[in-house]
Amino acid sequence: MPHEDQLQVEHELETIDLNINIGPQHPATHGVFRMVIEVDGEVVTDVVPHIGYMHRGGEKLSENMDYRQAIGYQDRTEYLSQFNAELCYVLAVEKLAPALAPPERAQYIRIILAELNRISSHFMFLGAFGTDLGVFGTSFVYAFRERENLLDLFEEVTGDRLMYAYFRPGGVAWDVPANFKSRVEWVCEQALIGASDMDRLLTDNEIFIARTRGIGILSAEDAIDYGVTGPMLRASGVRQDLRKDEPYAIYDRFDFDIPIGTNGDCYDRYLVRLQEIRESVKIVRQALEQLPDGPILPERMPRLLRPSAGEVYMRCEDPRGEYGIYLISKGTTQPYRLRMRSPSFCNLSALRQMTIGHYVADAVTILGSTDIVLCSVDR
Amino acid sequence: MTLLWGIFGIDMNVWLDAFLRLQIVVIVMTVTVMGLIYLERKFVGRIQMRLGPMRTGPFGTLQSIADALKLLTKEDVRPATADFWLFELAPYVTFVPVFMTLLALPFMEGWFVRDLQLGLFYIVAISGVTVIGYLMAGWASDNKYALLGAVRSAAQLISYEIPLILGVLAVSMVAGSLNLNDITRQQDTIPNLLLQPLPFMILLIAILAELSRRPFDIPIGESELVGGPWVEYSGIRWSIIFALTEYAGLWGFSILGALVFLGGWQFPFGTSSFWGDFDFLYQLVLVFTKSFFIILTMMWISATFPRLRIDQLMAFCWKVLLPFGFLQVLVNGIVLTYADDETVRDVLLFLTSGALLVVMTYAIYLATRQPSREERVGSMIAARSAQ
Repeated sequence: MPHEDQLQVEHELETIDLNINIGPQHPATHGVFRMVIEVDGEVVTDVVPHIGYMHRGGEKLSENMDYRQAIGYQDRTEYLSQFNAELCYVLAVEKLAPALAPPERAQYIRIILAELNRISSHFMFLGAFGTDLGVFGTSFVYAFRERENLLDLFEEVTGDRLMYAYFRPGGVAWDVPANFKSRVEWVCEQALIGASDMDRLLTDNEIFIARTRGIGILSAEDAIDYGVTGPMLRASGVRQDLRKDEPYAIYDRFDFDIPIGTNGDCYDRYLVRLQEIRESVKIVRQALEQLPDGPILPERMPRLLRPSAGEVYMRCEDPRGEYGIYLISKGTTQPYRLRMRSPSFCNLSALRQMTIGHYVADAVTILGSTDIVLCSVDR
Repeated sequence: MTLLWGIFGIDMNVWLDAFLRLQIVVIVMTVTVMGLIYLERKFVGRIQMRLGPMRTGPFGTLQSIADALKLLTKEDVRPATADFWLFELAPYVTFVPVFMTLLALPFMEGWFVRDLQLGLFYIVAISGVTVIGYLMAGWASDNKYALLGAVRSAAQLISYEIPLILGVLAVSMVAGSLNLNDITRQQDTIPNLLLQPLPFMILLIAILAELSRRPFDIPIGESELVGGPWVEYSGIRWSIIFALTEYAGLWGFSILGALVFLGGWQFPFGTSSFWGDFDFLYQLVLVFTKSFFIILTMMWISATFPRLRIDQLMAFCWKVLLPFGFLQVLVNGIVLTYADDETVRDVLLFLTSGALLVVMTYAIYLATRQPSREERVGSMIAARSAQ
């Protein structure tokens, strides 16, 4: 009977999924990022990330600059791991111009600062991740206490708190202050104290574990397929770290471990980063012991850099993953083409895969656990 | 004046008295709310190695007043697509029930706006009305965040009403009364906290959830829903909701906890009136001290824990608090029926409730147990050497 069918249809409540814009103005997006999530009640059924709000053309701008002026653009794209980005860039330039081999002391200073920068970046993650999970700013403040120590040290060395532009092709801009060694030792001690504080505040917290364990699982195969690198890849159980795999600069001289997760969930990403802080302290302490005296730039520095024509790809282990610089030189004073391979962009691409099927609150957790830098995503 | 009303058969004194008491409650509440906001900022600041407000007035004591003035002068924005009446009324529907709970609370011996025989029941019943304001605000704002927050808060507040009721029900069974004065007077020797530790814990958790404070601030969810039902409110409307409702509720509930569980205006373990007519002075101090003990405990919890997820919150209510609350009521019934001697009764109540609390804690521990940090780091190293 058609009449009965009609009745049935009328009684079925029609529900539609709700579209929610998270961002571009939202406390959880760590910058200007927008994800449109489709929710069925509280469960996320689809995620569409929208990027590009922070696009400034850093790559193109670098091409209109002197090789040394372009250093500043590395700071501005990768604004939480500036030294690592600078290191990658200057190593790329040094590959093009082999005459600019940096002296020993500069090599060590670079490694110390890059590793300290990794620590400060991871502390930034720890604090922001706690806030994403709803800690009332407590984790943020404790993480920032350590970050402030590090930024103070960077300011003493470079004169700036964020945009350092301190590394140069061939070395570093100027020598470190006289009390550098004792300051770095103190900062390392403080960083370890801060790491154990985070341990006590978050690592063993039941609610924290309940909110992160088993959330946003990314299998090793998926992680590799998406081009995910860095702590996120290691949390999925893949032992991949450019510092060990193809040691650039002088990383082959240090003894350190690579922490690896087992589940590939948000909790493992957190643990891996927390453990990396301790490993970075190890590297810094070794480098500090071996830090030689001597010059910080090669004897003969050309007034204008004119690397020979050619192209080069240099990749480094950023706190977020593989940061790459692709550089083409035509033998002029400016790069012909400069492209940055940003780890945040590739890591973000796995967001959809990780988020679907979880709750709205978990979407924020997962976004936080990818530890993106939006400037680096949009460049 | 009294005479004039007397002609109509209305005892004006009662009404005047109630009116004056109401005024006193309003004034004390407003001042206390401002004080509580200042206290929370200072206290959480200390927990976070900060100083908290320091610039306005000595040690920042005028910060709350400055904030209130700022909020009063702000523009009262209403979204164009909002439902006018629901949007405008929601703050009051949220706030008035919270204020009404204060009417039945004895702040010191024999001092209340109205001495209700069903005072405890009245407070629990009235405070449940708040959720309607949340729903109104969430629906009327025409905002998806607000709607999600409203739905979440409806689920959360209604669910946690039940453990709250079970917690106070267990105590009222012991006291044999629903009158707050009677319940408090009965604790002249032993506070109910010792007789009923489990209901105290349940009440503490349920209050946190009822007030949507961290770690149960799921409806507000700053990092996900920005502000929940209140995301579209601004200026004085927002401050009515946020400041008055949240902090007046915090204050009212903690005074309820102090009266029901901590012995209210009495010193623990028995005392006699030693100041005669001026007893109310130390009574007031005692009630406030005990309620601030509860308030600070809540602020401490709020400042250090991450937020739960909505399903975990519901599971915690229905699978942990509710069964144990019912068990406590059942056990209380058995003990109160069969124990004749008062000392035996008290000892039995303490032992059973304490045992239930231990069992509940252990059950939670078993359910959420995780490998220790040493084990986890060990497994990380094992995974490393395997590759």
